[in-house]
Amino acid sequence: MTAYVVPVLFLIVLVVSLLKKKDAYSYFIDGSRSAIDLMVGVFPYLMTIMMCVQIFRETGVSAALSSFLSPVFEFMGLPGQLTELLLLRPLSGAGSIAILDNIYATYGTDTFIGRCASVIYGSSETVFYVSAIYLSQSKTKKLRYALPVALVSTLIGCIIGCLLLRVI
Amino acid sequence: MSKIWLIMLLSAIITAIIKDPSVAISAMLTGAKDSVDLAMELVAMYGVWLGFFALLDKVGIADFIAKLLRPVIKFLFKGSSDEAQKYVSMNMSANLIGLGNAATPMGINAVKLLGDEKESANTNIIMLVVISATSLQILPTTVISMRAAHGSANAADFLIPCIVATVISTVIGIALVKLCSKLFPDSKRA
Repeated sequence: MTAYVVPVLFLIVLVVSLLKKKDAYSYFIDGSRSAIDLMVGVFPYLMTIMMCVQIFRETGVSAALSSFLSPVFEFMGLPGQLTELLLLRPLSGAGSIAILDNIYATYGTDTFIGRCASVIYGSSETVFYVSAIYLSQSKTKKLRYALPVALVSTLIGCIIGCLLLRVI
Repeated sequence: MSKIWLIMLLSAIITAIIKDPSVAISAMLTGAKDSVDLAMELVAMYGVWLGFFALLDKVGIADFIAKLLRPVIKFLFKGSSDEAQKYVSMNMSANLIGLGNAATPMGINAVKLLGDEKESANTNIIMLVVISATSLQILPTTVISMRAAHGSANAADFLIPCIVATVISTVIGIALVKLCSKLFPDSKRA
Protein backbone atom coordinates (compact mmCIF):
# COMPACT_ATOMS: atom_id res chain seq x y z
CA MET A 1 0.00 0.00 0.00
CA THR A 2 2.61 2.54 1.10
CA ALA A 3 4.56 1.86 -2.09
CA TYR A 4 1.83 3.75 -3.97
CA VAL A 5 2.22 6.98 -1.99
CA VAL A 6 5.19 8.44 -3.85
CA PRO A 7 4.28 7.55 -7.46
CA VAL A 8 0.69 8.75 -6.92
CA LEU A 9 1.92 12.06 -5.48
CA PHE A 10 4.16 12.61 -8.49
CA LEU A 11 1.35 11.65 -10.86
CA ILE A 12 -1.04 14.20 -9.31
CA VAL A 13 1.49 17.01 -9.45
CA LEU A 14 2.56 16.27 -13.02
CA VAL A 15 -1.03 16.06 -14.25
CA VAL A 16 -1.94 19.33 -12.54
CA SER A 17 1.07 21.06 -14.06
CA LEU A 18 0.08 19.73 -17.49
CA LEU A 19 -3.49 20.98 -17.06
CA LYS A 20 -2.25 24.38 -15.94
CA LYS A 21 0.29 24.44 -18.79
CA LYS A 22 3.22 25.03 -16.44
CA ASP A 23 6.82 24.13 -17.30
CA ALA A 24 7.37 21.33 -14.77
CA TYR A 25 10.94 20.64 -15.94
CA SER A 26 12.32 24.08 -15.11
CA TYR A 27 10.48 24.28 -11.78
CA PHE A 28 11.91 20.94 -10.75
CA ILE A 29 15.42 22.14 -11.58
CA ASP A 30 14.89 25.34 -9.58
CA GLY A 31 13.91 23.27 -6.57
CA SER A 32 16.71 20.73 -6.83
CA ARG A 33 19.27 23.50 -7.13
CA SER A 34 19.03 24.24 -3.41
CA ALA A 35 19.82 20.64 -2.36
CA ILE A 36 23.61 21.11 -2.29
CA ASP A 37 23.41 24.45 -0.45
CA LEU A 38 21.14 22.83 2.08
CA MET A 39 23.57 19.96 2.62
CA VAL A 40 26.51 22.36 2.98
CA GLY A 41 24.64 23.87 5.91
CA VAL A 42 23.52 20.55 7.38
CA PHE A 43 26.66 18.45 6.93
CA PRO A 44 28.77 19.82 9.82
CA TYR A 45 25.98 18.94 12.26
CA LEU A 46 25.55 15.51 10.71
CA MET A 47 29.24 14.72 10.95
CA THR A 48 29.79 16.11 14.43
CA ILE A 49 26.91 14.10 15.89
CA MET A 50 27.65 10.85 14.04
CA MET A 51 31.35 10.91 14.90
CA CYS A 52 30.50 11.36 18.57
CA VAL A 53 27.86 8.61 18.65
CA GLN A 54 30.22 6.15 16.93
CA ILE A 55 33.08 6.54 19.41
CA PHE A 56 30.58 6.60 22.28
CA ARG A 57 29.33 3.18 21.22
CA GLU A 58 32.63 1.59 20.15
CA THR A 59 34.42 2.39 23.40
CA GLY A 60 31.63 0.62 25.30
CA VAL A 61 30.64 3.73 27.26
CA SER A 62 27.16 3.54 25.76
CA ALA A 63 26.65 -0.06 26.92
CA ALA A 64 28.08 0.68 30.38
CA LEU A 65 25.86 3.73 30.85
CA SER A 66 22.87 1.70 29.68
CA SER A 67 23.37 -1.08 32.20
CA PHE A 68 23.79 1.58 34.89
CA LEU A 69 20.56 3.35 33.91
CA SER A 70 18.43 0.31 33.10
CA PRO A 71 16.82 0.13 36.61
CA VAL A 72 15.47 3.66 36.04
CA PHE A 73 13.71 2.62 32.82
CA GLU A 74 12.59 -0.67 34.42
CA PHE A 75 10.94 1.42 37.09
CA MET A 76 9.01 3.30 34.40
CA GLY A 77 7.76 0.02 32.96
CA LEU A 78 10.16 -0.15 30.01
CA PRO A 79 12.28 -3.31 29.57
CA GLY A 80 15.82 -2.74 30.86
CA GLN A 81 17.26 -4.50 27.81
CA LEU A 82 16.07 -1.58 25.70
CA THR A 83 17.93 1.12 27.62
CA GLU A 84 20.62 1.63 24.97
CA LEU A 85 17.92 2.01 22.30
CA LEU A 86 16.11 4.58 24.44
CA LEU A 87 19.31 6.53 25.06
CA LEU A 88 20.59 6.64 21.49
CA ARG A 89 17.30 6.96 19.64
CA PRO A 90 17.11 10.76 20.13
CA LEU A 91 20.69 11.19 18.90
CA SER A 92 21.22 9.07 15.84
CA GLY A 93 18.94 7.31 13.39
CA ALA A 94 21.75 5.15 11.99
CA GLY A 95 23.09 4.24 15.45
CA SER A 96 19.71 3.33 16.87
CA ILE A 97 18.66 1.27 13.85
CA ALA A 98 21.78 -0.87 14.38
CA ILE A 99 20.71 -1.38 18.01
CA LEU A 100 17.14 -2.23 16.95
CA ASP A 101 18.51 -4.79 14.51
CA ASN A 102 20.59 -6.31 17.29
CA ILE A 103 17.54 -6.49 19.60
CA TYR A 104 15.51 -8.32 16.94
CA ALA A 105 18.38 -10.78 16.42
CA THR A 106 18.84 -11.38 20.17
CA TYR A 107 15.28 -11.43 21.52
CA GLY A 108 13.19 -12.02 18.36
CA THR A 109 10.60 -9.69 16.85
CA ASP A 110 7.46 -11.18 18.38
CA THR A 111 8.52 -11.34 22.02
CA PHE A 112 7.46 -8.62 24.45
CA ILE A 113 10.92 -7.04 24.23
CA GLY A 114 10.92 -7.15 20.43
CA ARG A 115 7.48 -5.57 20.20
CA CYS A 116 8.35 -2.98 22.82
CA ALA A 117 11.44 -2.04 20.81
CA SER A 118 9.24 -1.69 17.71
CA VAL A 119 6.88 0.69 19.53
CA ILE A 120 9.77 2.75 20.91
CA TYR A 121 11.52 3.10 17.58
CA GLY A 122 8.33 3.61 15.57
CA SER A 123 6.81 6.25 17.80
CA SER A 124 9.90 8.42 18.30
CA GLU A 125 12.21 10.66 16.34
CA THR A 126 15.86 11.64 16.45
CA VAL A 127 15.06 14.60 18.69
CA PHE A 128 18.55 16.12 18.97
CA TYR A 129 19.37 15.53 15.35
CA VAL A 130 16.12 17.02 14.02
CA SER A 131 16.47 20.12 16.18
CA ALA A 132 20.12 20.69 15.19
CA ILE A 133 19.32 20.31 11.48
CA TYR A 134 16.16 22.46 11.55
CA LEU A 135 18.10 25.35 13.09
CA SER A 136 21.15 24.90 10.84
CA GLN A 137 20.26 27.69 8.40
CA SER A 138 18.54 30.12 10.75
CA LYS A 139 19.69 32.97 12.99
CA THR A 140 18.02 31.21 15.90
CA LYS A 141 20.55 29.23 17.91
CA LYS A 142 19.00 28.58 21.33
CA LEU A 143 15.95 26.33 21.66
CA ARG A 144 15.00 27.17 25.26
CA TYR A 145 12.56 24.54 26.56
CA ALA A 146 12.02 22.70 23.23
CA LEU A 147 14.34 19.74 23.88
CA PRO A 148 13.15 18.85 27.41
CA VAL A 149 9.53 19.10 26.23
CA ALA A 150 10.18 16.87 23.20
CA LEU A 151 12.11 14.28 25.22
CA VAL A 152 9.59 14.09 28.07
CA SER A 153 6.64 13.81 25.65
CA THR A 154 8.38 11.06 23.69
CA LEU A 155 9.21 9.14 26.86
CA ILE A 156 5.61 9.34 28.12
CA GLY A 157 4.42 8.11 24.70
CA CYS A 158 6.82 5.14 24.88
CA ILE A 159 5.77 4.25 28.42
CA ILE A 160 2.08 4.27 27.49
CA GLY A 161 2.76 2.33 24.27
CA CYS A 162 4.64 -0.41 26.14
CA LEU A 163 1.95 -0.49 28.84
CA LEU A 164 -0.63 -1.11 26.11
CA LEU A 165 1.48 -4.01 24.81
CA ARG A 166 1.16 -5.69 28.21
CA VAL A 167 -2.61 -5.27 28.22
CA ILE A 168 -3.53 -6.32 24.69
CA MET B 1 23.05 19.70 22.68
CA SER B 2 26.57 21.12 23.06
CA LYS B 3 26.77 19.93 26.68
CA ILE B 4 25.55 16.44 25.85
CA TRP B 5 27.96 16.21 22.95
CA LEU B 6 30.87 17.30 25.14
CA ILE B 7 30.03 14.81 27.91
CA MET B 8 29.59 11.93 25.46
CA LEU B 9 32.82 12.62 23.59
CA LEU B 10 34.83 13.30 26.74
CA SER B 11 33.71 10.09 28.45
CA ALA B 12 34.39 8.09 25.28
CA ILE B 13 37.87 9.59 24.82
CA ILE B 14 38.82 8.95 28.47
CA THR B 15 37.60 5.36 28.21
CA ALA B 16 39.58 4.92 25.00
CA ILE B 17 42.76 6.20 26.66
CA ILE B 18 42.32 3.77 29.55
CA LYS B 19 41.20 0.71 27.57
CA ASP B 20 42.49 0.93 24.02
CA PRO B 21 43.73 4.27 22.61
CA SER B 22 43.82 3.01 19.01
CA VAL B 23 40.03 2.69 18.92
CA ALA B 24 39.59 6.46 19.21
CA ILE B 25 40.64 7.60 15.77
CA SER B 26 39.24 4.55 13.98
CA ALA B 27 35.82 4.97 15.61
CA MET B 28 35.70 8.71 14.95
CA LEU B 29 36.67 8.19 11.32
CA THR B 30 34.06 5.46 10.91
CA GLY B 31 31.43 7.85 12.24
CA ALA B 32 32.64 10.65 10.00
CA LYS B 33 32.71 8.37 6.96
CA ASP B 34 29.17 7.18 7.70
CA SER B 35 28.07 10.80 7.83
CA VAL B 36 29.60 11.44 4.40
CA ASP B 37 27.75 8.42 2.99
CA LEU B 38 24.54 9.60 4.61
CA ALA B 39 25.10 13.15 3.31
CA MET B 40 25.42 11.84 -0.26
CA GLU B 41 22.19 9.90 0.13
CA LEU B 42 20.48 12.93 1.63
CA VAL B 43 21.65 15.27 -1.15
CA ALA B 44 19.96 12.92 -3.61
CA MET B 45 16.79 12.81 -1.49
CA TYR B 46 16.74 16.57 -0.94
CA GLY B 47 17.26 17.09 -4.68
CA VAL B 48 14.26 14.96 -5.55
CA TRP B 49 12.01 16.35 -2.81
CA LEU B 50 12.98 20.00 -3.20
CA GLY B 51 12.34 19.65 -6.94
CA PHE B 52 9.00 18.05 -6.18
CA PHE B 53 8.02 20.73 -3.69
CA ALA B 54 9.04 23.54 -6.04
CA LEU B 55 6.64 21.97 -8.52
CA LEU B 56 3.98 21.59 -5.85
CA ASP B 57 4.41 25.25 -4.97
CA LYS B 58 4.40 26.62 -8.54
CA VAL B 59 1.30 24.75 -9.67
CA GLY B 60 -0.58 26.01 -6.63
CA ILE B 61 -1.04 22.73 -4.76
CA ALA B 62 1.09 23.93 -1.85
CA ASP B 63 -1.24 26.89 -1.29
CA PHE B 64 -4.20 24.55 -1.49
CA ILE B 65 -2.79 22.22 1.20
CA ALA B 66 -1.83 25.23 3.33
CA LYS B 67 -5.41 26.48 3.06
CA LEU B 68 -6.76 23.08 4.16
CA LEU B 69 -4.46 22.97 7.17
CA ARG B 70 -4.83 26.67 8.01
CA PRO B 71 -7.17 26.29 11.03
CA VAL B 72 -4.78 23.84 12.69
CA ILE B 73 -1.68 25.82 11.82
CA LYS B 74 -3.19 29.13 12.94
CA PHE B 75 -3.92 27.57 16.32
CA LEU B 76 -0.42 26.12 16.66
CA PHE B 77 1.62 28.95 15.12
CA LYS B 78 0.16 32.26 16.23
CA GLY B 79 1.10 35.30 14.19
CA SER B 80 3.13 33.50 11.51
CA SER B 81 3.28 34.77 7.91
CA ASP B 82 1.43 33.06 5.05
CA GLU B 83 4.74 32.04 3.50
CA ALA B 84 5.90 30.43 6.75
CA GLN B 85 2.54 28.67 7.13
CA LYS B 86 2.95 27.18 3.67
CA TYR B 87 6.30 25.60 4.57
CA VAL B 88 4.95 24.45 7.94
CA SER B 89 2.01 22.72 6.27
CA MET B 90 4.33 21.08 3.71
CA ASN B 91 6.60 19.94 6.54
CA MET B 92 3.73 18.49 8.57
CA SER B 93 2.09 16.71 5.66
CA ALA B 94 5.39 15.15 4.58
CA ASN B 95 6.02 13.99 8.15
CA LEU B 96 2.51 12.55 8.43
CA ILE B 97 2.83 10.33 5.38
CA GLY B 98 6.22 9.10 6.53
CA LEU B 99 8.45 11.09 4.19
CA GLY B 100 10.73 12.36 6.96
CA ASN B 101 13.57 13.18 4.58
CA ALA B 102 11.25 15.23 2.41
CA ALA B 103 10.03 17.04 5.53
CA THR B 104 13.52 18.14 6.59
CA PRO B 105 14.18 20.77 3.87
CA MET B 106 10.66 22.17 4.43
CA GLY B 107 11.30 22.33 8.17
CA ILE B 108 14.60 24.19 7.66
CA ASN B 109 12.87 26.78 5.46
CA ALA B 110 9.96 27.07 7.88
CA VAL B 111 12.29 27.77 10.83
CA LYS B 112 14.05 30.44 8.77
CA LEU B 113 10.72 32.16 8.05
CA LEU B 114 9.27 31.74 11.55
CA GLY B 115 12.41 33.17 13.16
CA ASP B 116 13.20 36.72 14.12
CA GLU B 117 16.46 38.54 14.77
CA LYS B 118 16.91 37.02 18.22
CA GLU B 119 19.26 34.19 19.03
CA SER B 120 16.82 32.30 21.25
CA ALA B 121 13.83 30.66 19.63
CA ASN B 122 10.30 32.09 19.70
CA THR B 123 7.30 29.94 20.56
CA ASN B 124 6.51 29.19 16.91
CA ILE B 125 9.96 27.71 16.24
CA ILE B 126 9.79 25.70 19.46
CA MET B 127 6.37 24.42 18.43
CA LEU B 128 7.63 23.27 15.04
CA VAL B 129 10.69 21.57 16.52
CA VAL B 130 8.61 19.81 19.19
CA ILE B 131 5.97 18.63 16.71
CA SER B 132 8.63 17.25 14.36
CA ALA B 133 10.74 15.79 17.15
CA THR B 134 7.85 13.94 18.80
CA SER B 135 7.26 12.15 15.48
CA LEU B 136 4.11 12.65 13.45
CA GLN B 137 4.60 9.56 11.37
CA ILE B 138 1.50 7.39 11.43
CA LEU B 139 2.93 4.36 9.61
CA PRO B 140 6.49 3.45 10.69
CA THR B 141 7.48 1.75 7.44
CA THR B 142 11.14 1.20 8.45
CA VAL B 143 10.18 -0.80 11.54
CA ILE B 144 7.58 -2.86 9.67
CA SER B 145 10.05 -3.85 6.96
CA MET B 146 12.79 -4.61 9.50
CA ARG B 147 10.42 -6.85 11.47
CA ALA B 148 9.46 -8.65 8.29
CA ALA B 149 13.14 -9.11 7.37
CA HIS B 150 13.74 -10.70 10.80
CA GLY B 151 10.99 -13.25 10.15
CA SER B 152 8.23 -11.77 12.29
CA ALA B 153 5.02 -13.80 12.26
CA ASN B 154 3.03 -10.57 12.22
CA ALA B 155 5.16 -7.60 11.24
CA ALA B 156 2.39 -5.05 11.89
CA ASP B 157 1.49 -6.46 15.31
CA PHE B 158 2.82 -3.46 17.27
CA LEU B 159 0.98 -0.82 15.25
CA ILE B 160 -1.90 0.12 17.55
CA PRO B 161 0.24 0.80 20.65
CA CYS B 162 2.76 2.52 18.38
CA ILE B 163 0.18 4.91 16.90
CA VAL B 164 -1.24 5.59 20.36
CA ALA B 165 2.28 6.39 21.60
CA THR B 166 2.96 8.71 18.64
CA VAL B 167 -0.30 10.61 19.04
CA ILE B 168 0.03 10.90 22.82
CA SER B 169 3.60 12.17 22.62
CA THR B 170 2.67 14.81 20.04
CA VAL B 171 -0.42 15.96 21.97
CA ILE B 172 1.55 16.19 25.23
CA GLY B 173 4.31 18.03 23.38
CA ILE B 174 1.88 20.62 21.98
CA ALA B 175 0.19 21.07 25.37
CA LEU B 176 3.53 21.52 27.14
CA VAL B 177 4.69 24.10 24.58
CA LYS B 178 1.43 26.02 25.04
CA LEU B 179 1.91 25.87 28.82
CA CYS B 180 5.59 26.85 28.72
CA SER B 181 4.87 29.75 26.37
CA LYS B 182 2.61 31.17 29.11
CA LEU B 183 5.19 30.54 31.83
CA PHE B 184 8.14 31.84 29.83
CA PRO B 185 6.70 34.39 27.40
CA ASP B 186 8.59 35.33 24.22
CA SER B 187 8.77 38.95 25.34
CA LYS B 188 11.06 37.97 28.22
CA ARG B 189 13.53 36.09 26.04
CA ALA B 190 17.24 36.80 26.28
